[in-house]
Amino acid sequence: MVEFTLWDILRNLLLATRWTVLLSLAAFAGGALVGAALLVARIARLPGASRGVALYVQLFQGTPLLMQLFLAYFGLALLGLDVPAWAAACLALTLYSSAFLTEIWRGCVEAIPRGQWEAADSLALDLRQTLLHVIAPQALRIAIPPTVGFAVQVIKGTALASVLGFIELTKAGTMISNATFRPFTVYACVALLYFALCFPVSAWARRLERTTSR
Amino acid sequence: MVSLDFATVLVDWPLLLRGLAMTAGLTAVAATLGLALGIACAWARLHGGAVLRWTVGAYVELIRNTPFIVQLFFVFFGLPSLGVKLTPEWASVIAMVINLGAYAAEIARAGIQATPRGQIEAARSLALTEAQVFLRVVLPPALARVWPAMTGQIIIVMLGSAVCGQIATQELSYYANLIHSRNFRAFEATFVATGLYLGLAVLLRHLLQRLGTRLLHVRR
Repeated sequence: MVEFTLWDILRNLLLATRWTVLLSLAAFAGGALVGAALLVARIARLPGASRGVALYVQLFQGTPLLMQLFLAYFGLALLGLDVPAWAAACLALTLYSSAFLTEIWRGCVEAIPRGQWEAADSLALDLRQTLLHVIAPQALRIAIPPTVGFAVQVIKGTALASVLGFIELTKAGTMISNATFRPFTVYACVALLYFALCFPVSAWARRLERTTSR
Repeated sequence: MVSLDFATVLVDWPLLLRGLAMTAGLTAVAATLGLALGIACAWARLHGGAVLRWTVGAYVELIRNTPFIVQLFFVFFGLPSLGVKLTPEWASVIAMVINLGAYAAEIARAGIQATPRGQIEAARSLALTEAQVFLRVVLPPALARVWPAMTGQIIIVMLGSAVCGQIATQELSYYANLIHSRNFRAFEATFVATGLYLGLAVLLRHLLQRLGTRLLHVRR
């Protein structure tokens, strides 16, 4: 019978935390990229983009993230792709993040006064120049606090990848709890590690909100 | 060639319906109790003593910065070692209430803080007790102000309850898993369940909006 010390538990959880961080970063970066592309498609008034993106956002915001993860996992398998759990989790979390981020950023772009667009127009800037030099610098300033706030949602969302069998913090917690028979200690440690990841980000988002609204 | 077969999933509609009913039931109980807990916490954070304020603040931050699935596992797997044994259903409800309570506290607090001072002064000058001032004068318009955010949060908790199937609570996602473990139509079963969640979310939003206009006189 092996005895597990608190340090054994914590050390193994910390090792698994790396995967939670990595998955969060990948999902957030991927989500930002896809979200930005969707936003540009909307702004450029591509035919059907406005309705299409609105539907996309509603689908992702109106269904459980867990189900989205399962659909990605089973859906890719159905297409004949034998993907590992982390890849399916990455895909689902990327799409989920993109839906939320594109909606957050749309609000930020809409908050820019119409006169700015008209001024850019009257200077004969094309769409790319208008976005790059006029809209983006102003929209980014107000977009940063809610975007940082959403990062917390992404970190918490990665916990659901454990259900697909990807060994990140939550899954490691389940495995260690099964091995040590100390679920109370293990899940308390897991919760504290998530808190250690999320709380600084939340606090940062709140501080940004205060400084930009002033 | 991808072949989809929804018929083999849909013949199990009684199971899906049972799951849907459980999800709706869990949500109804959790929303009622969670809202009450949230309001109590908002009151404590604004009017309580220093110790109470700090405790509630710590609770709110702790819940808001950890994933729901970990909270659920802690309640279901962790608490029995303290002698608290719970059925999956009770563990799910408790985790959902604790989760919603923390978010609802912040939402309700924002609404309460936006109360014009004159309202409270007017109520006091009519010799209402502090409890009456809070429950009858401050709270209803405060909830009306933040009702859209509250509606959104309740829907998030309903969608989050899909995780409760992981501790064998027999809700919608649990039955979707059960169905595809029998007929191996994993994608189709998940797809149908996801559609049902979407429908429930739309229905719940509609219901809560009507409730808001009825009880709180929320202006649309």
